[in-house]
Amino acid sequence: MNTRKALYQYGYRRCADQDRPSAARHPVVVVGAGPVGLCSAIDLAQRGIPVVLLDDADRIGEGSRGICYAERTLEILDRLGVADPCLEKGVTWKVGKVFQRNDLLYAFDLLPEDGHKMPAFINLQQYYLEHALVERAAALPNLEIRWRNKVVNLNRRNDGATLTVETPEGLYDLDAEWVVAADGARSALRGMLGLAFRGEVFEDRFLIADVKMKGEFPPERWFWFDPPFHEGHSALLHKQPDDVWRIDLQLGRDADVKAEQTPERVMPRLRQMLGHDDFSLEWVSVYTFQCRRLERFVHGHVVFVGDAAHQVSPFGARGANSGIQDADNLAWKLALIIKGEAPERLIESYDLERSAAADENIGHSTRSTDFIAPRSAQELRFRNAALTLARHTPFAKRMVNSGRLSMPSTYDTPLSTPDVDTWSGSARLGAPVPDAPMRDRKGQPIWLLDAIGGEETILQVPNGTPPQQGSRVIVLGDDLIDAHGVFAQRFDASPGSTYLVRPDQHLAARWRHGTPSLLESASRRLRGFEGDHV
Amino acid sequence: MKVLATESRLADPDRTYRALIEAHRGLSDEDSAALNSRLVLILANHIGEHAVLQEAIALAKQSMEPVNDASK
Repeated sequence: MNTRKALYQYGYRRCADQDRPSAARHPVVVVGAGPVGLCSAIDLAQRGIPVVLLDDADRIGEGSRGICYAERTLEILDRLGVADPCLEKGVTWKVGKVFQRNDLLYAFDLLPEDGHKMPAFINLQQYYLEHALVERAAALPNLEIRWRNKVVNLNRRNDGATLTVETPEGLYDLDAEWVVAADGARSALRGMLGLAFRGEVFEDRFLIADVKMKGEFPPERWFWFDPPFHEGHSALLHKQPDDVWRIDLQLGRDADVKAEQTPERVMPRLRQMLGHDDFSLEWVSVYTFQCRRLERFVHGHVVFVGDAAHQVSPFGARGANSGIQDADNLAWKLALIIKGEAPERLIESYDLERSAAADENIGHSTRSTDFIAPRSAQELRFRNAALTLARHTPFAKRMVNSGRLSMPSTYDTPLSTPDVDTWSGSARLGAPVPDAPMRDRKGQPIWLLDAIGGEETILQVPNGTPPQQGSRVIVLGDDLIDAHGVFAQRFDASPGSTYLVRPDQHLAARWRHGTPSLLESASRRLRGFEGDHV
Repeated sequence: MKVLATESRLADPDRTYRALIEAHRGLSDEDSAALNSRLVLILANHIGEHAVLQEAIALAKQSMEPVNDASK
């Protein structure tokens, strides 16, 4: 059984480009209307770039799929104008528990710190996120989604690409200055460019099921090693909206994919786990997974994002989260390049920064998989040794790995100006700046990240000198008031401290005493002009 | 950075060796392997240096290569 629900249906509509004698030229064509393609398109459109978004389907909602969205992703979604509906619908959680047999090995709390607008994590069916993104996209006049528009051919040129698009009414050509390939793990565009997608394939099979029931369980992530209801394997239980629970059961290497999806097999397993049969099955699927990536994410004017560029195991919720962070990294760079405000080589920093992030995610995901699905008798012994010792010792607790949950990457990048002063606090060069509760000029509460938004921004703590010029400047104590002292603490701020924040809210530079020439140079550097200006 | 110690650091190596033997005496191969796995994790944490552990792994692996030297 493989229940698939098309929750939202969209229609194919003929567009003017199909009637033109020659291919219409667009600055950006995004291929694939999943979360990553939609975020890329919305971010670009918000930055004033006209975008065409193509998708070969005309509906969303085939299973809940990605369900965990991390704080940094929510901050990005907030900037894109879709966090509110997601938070409203989503299940907010921050506690995880790990069991061996029936015993609690340990519990963790993901966000012990107050003063962030966004929670550590929400769970939300992917189709709800996609729906919110499609609604947002529809509100942007310079973003056009074309459903049932399937790219069947790609001709790459130095200054762009020509795409041949198949529709229910036949083929047409499109010229794109830039193509964003967001067409998922089975990316057709990757195939059209003949690119290798290399990495590790894992043989263990997992059963994924969404179950509807009125549960007694709290909104926490529960993970079992070797539970009594599923001996010798692992199990995961996680709450979604609408009284739906995600269940993930390890089946082992030799499981029969077809048979395991039949109700005769699935229902008894779930009954055993839940202890009752007062539930209904919403969606079930059996999967294996890969950890692999493209060697390069940028191929001329074709840029790969999300699963099309890199694929991880689901442990750690690093798929959708890292994909949306790809979009966040790419959009401002592409927008500056298209507007002529940054050199084309700025795109290289997307490849560099997001390649490093992909390696980090693949590393975490591979190590989690090693722990959850040992491949040999000795690997299993080590795993069980760590689990047993975890009951007695703190060091072994830290080895227990049921998925290391997605965290944003800190970019070690030429776009950053290296620190010359020493800093404490949680703000780190190359990382997204931490949020903080502030007040505006009128004394109204405002979050720091809302104030920064998506523009290159200077944050300046005054010390008698006039405000900085150039990028948008926020003067602390004037434009924004650090009413709770949280900013000062997280940014280790003192009079004179000056910070330069990138359009994706990562910290590009900071000084104890910023000067106009330091800021000018750092601003050019973050836009990829490094080397032109000393 | 610390390096792996390969000179003898034990006051009484025979006694230490004997302690390992005694720990395994009477165990099945499976139980011995389980005990060793626990010991390795405990000792790895005690070493506390990833690079030193890597050196130890390399030394152990190297010592498993077949010996070509026929002379005694």
